[in-house]
Amino acid sequence: MKQILTVQNLGISFSQYMKGLRRRSLKVISNLDIELHEGEILAIVGASGSGKSLLAGAILGILPENAALEGEIYYEGQLLSQKDKEKIRGKEIALIPQSVNYLDPLQKVGRQIGISIQKNGGFRTGGSDESRDKTIEHDLPKDKVIENILQKYGLDKAVADYYPFQLSGGMARKVLLATALTSGAKVIIADEPTPGLDEPSLNEVLKDFRGLADDGCSILMITHDIEAALKIADKVAVFYAGTTLEVANTRDFDGGDSSSGDGLLRHPYSKALNNARPNVGFLPSEGSQPFPDNLPKGCPFSDRCVMRTEECEKELPAFREIRGGKVRCIHAT
Amino acid sequence: MRLNAENISFRYGEERYILKDVNFSVGSGEVVGLTAPSGFGKTTLGKILAGYQRPESGRVTIDGAEIKSKGYHPVQLIFQHPEKAVNPKWKMRKVLAETEMPSRELLEAMGIQNGWLDRWPSELSGGELQRFCVTRALSEKTKFLIADEMTTMLDAITQAQIWNTVLGYARLHKIGVVVISHDQPLLERICDRIVNLTACSG
Amino acid sequence: MIGIREKTILSISVFSFFFAAILIAGSLIKEDSLYVELSNIFAPPGGGHIFGTDWVGRDMLVRTVKGLSLSMKIGLLCSVASSLIAMVLGVAAPLLGGKVDIFISWLIDFVLSIPHTLAIILISIACGGGLQGIVIGVTATHWTSLTRVIRAEVMQIREAEYTKLSRRFGKGNLFIAKEHVLPHIIPQLVIGTVLIFPHAILHEASVTFLGFGLPAHEPAIGVILSESMKYLTSGKWWLAFFPGISLIAVSMMVNSIGKNIERLIDPKTAYR
Repeated sequence: MKQILTVQNLGISFSQYMKGLRRRSLKVISNLDIELHEGEILAIVGASGSGKSLLAGAILGILPENAALEGEIYYEGQLLSQKDKEKIRGKEIALIPQSVNYLDPLQKVGRQIGISIQKNGGFRTGGSDESRDKTIEHDLPKDKVIENILQKYGLDKAVADYYPFQLSGGMARKVLLATALTSGAKVIIADEPTPGLDEPSLNEVLKDFRGLADDGCSILMITHDIEAALKIADKVAVFYAGTTLEVANTRDFDGGDSSSGDGLLRHPYSKALNNARPNVGFLPSEGSQPFPDNLPKGCPFSDRCVMRTEECEKELPAFREIRGGKVRCIHAT
Repeated sequence: MRLNAENISFRYGEERYILKDVNFSVGSGEVVGLTAPSGFGKTTLGKILAGYQRPESGRVTIDGAEIKSKGYHPVQLIFQHPEKAVNPKWKMRKVLAETEMPSRELLEAMGIQNGWLDRWPSELSGGELQRFCVTRALSEKTKFLIADEMTTMLDAITQAQIWNTVLGYARLHKIGVVVISHDQPLLERICDRIVNLTACSG
Repeated sequence: MIGIREKTILSISVFSFFFAAILIAGSLIKEDSLYVELSNIFAPPGGGHIFGTDWVGRDMLVRTVKGLSLSMKIGLLCSVASSLIAMVLGVAAPLLGGKVDIFISWLIDFVLSIPHTLAIILISIACGGGLQGIVIGVTATHWTSLTRVIRAEVMQIREAEYTKLSRRFGKGNLFIAKEHVLPHIIPQLVIGTVLIFPHAILHEASVTFLGFGLPAHEPAIGVILSESMKYLTSGKWWLAFFPGISLIAVSMMVNSIGKNIERLIDPKTAYR
């Protein structure tokens, strides 16, 4: 499978004011690496504050002004500059944002869905793959297209005439999805797409993601909801305190249980995360994620880790390939 | 003690009823899951139980007596988004102390580190903030706790940590807990019984 | 490298310095320093008089500074008075609610619906004109927008989850007003006061210019501008140009101070 998006050694630091005029540079993300292949769903899981959402900002070039970026982001083998990002975002790479606040409060929902159609002059037409879009017709007038896509999510066509404030949480989520689906992008970044959805809508959304991926679209699903991630993802990247600790295959999460806690996962944090799932062990491992201004020097998980040795605290372990996955842990086998 | 919701009906204005003749009950030390699809009024019922909203008809009682609307409410609600439930202009120490300063043991059990107390809410992550909101609600005067999607926005480890402490505390202090969630595995893991709201209506 | 906060503070200090300088300089200029020099009337800008001289040979720079400082004092008085009104009404409306809220909202709409200049003229005349009239007139018309902002802010805080929680914890109105509401509206109030100022000073000047404000013997900027109109057709452009530009410069300066304070206080931009 072709690699479509690669993030290497990504670092993000914020220049911040403390009290008065003292400034500091706060490194929020230090070693993020991901690889996204064509037609693949890569889930990124981690606690809030692990840097998941900033990754989306970095790829799309929408970080705040006071953020400084290190490392490289490649799209289809090409190194992306800020200008490139501005050019391809919304067209090649689309974002499904976290909250309804990303919608323009003064424009009707239908028009906002329409924008992404217009911008790309039709969507998922021609291109590499005729079969890409089965659910949406292309030659229809725009109104009809919007109506169809709303209908697809069980929303009334009247919703097109709503303003964002009139939407309930679940409806808003679906509208956000709709805007990205009409864009025809090759890569979709979904930032926490699941909270607020009840079971049937959740399954519908997950099914759509899977369908898009099977048609060749690549999806980066940023979430803290492991259950949702495991349902559809091909691979799962585990983030912790601004670092990618492990990239695992989805099936590696099977077989963890309270007694052994092992399964096929490689990193102690991934194992702990897996064992904390309500339907696995619900084990509350101690401690909490360190603050960016107070990171351990070596492995960021070392202060909580049961396998910790002196070596762990010296430097951040490099990625190693183990059993078809990658891990940053010197003790992983 | 027993918290009772009797024949609760609720609707906004003249719209259709969100809750119609709902009966619901939870006892001290009991952990009850409350589930239903979106739009069936789980959150509304939670708000009515905790005194945030008045039902159109019906009443909420503790051991047969209606709850006073003034003073400390014995039924406390924990919201889904902790960042909205703390005043952004208050430091965390002040946030905690709004009820009463919790004991050192409780803070430790909740995984709240001393250094966090002098930070602003904007400097903490959702998981850290929610620990504060839960701790704040666990004062001596709280007899029942309504957790409305309390850990939905949190990662699995933080979720397990918070629930572990809350359930331990509830057992020790005989607090009744209502868990509002659509996370079936979670409900099955922690609840004594699970109530589907669609079956509560008269 | 200098950061946003340094830049912001620098611009606030520079502008505040200018502001204070004009205010003080203007107050120090006595009537007799504006001596009449009939041998040097209508001198164009340059040389000894960089703003030129008027029809009796008075230096326009001195007159402009003096006029500005008077107008600025009136502006200060009006904006402080307006914000006080805004604070009281803006907090009272949502907290007392019901009819009080409806009445205050109606009053805001009512005042806003009359063109400012017209309202100021009417109120000013009704109050006996002169300094007193213009101050009451400007104050009575400039509290509205800030009241709206404060009212909306207070309503939002009243509806916020942390305030509702506070009530469930048994806290009363007084505690909520003091601990939850006040910390949010004080910054708004400070910024509001600063941002009202440019409006107040411009309105005062324009009403005076039209002849309904300060009497013609006062050295106000409006009076200077209105006099200059008589000579504009004969090509004495500097009589209107420099005082006019100075007035606008002062307004823009204060506006920028307000916006910059806003940026420092707003947590969204403060820590960048």
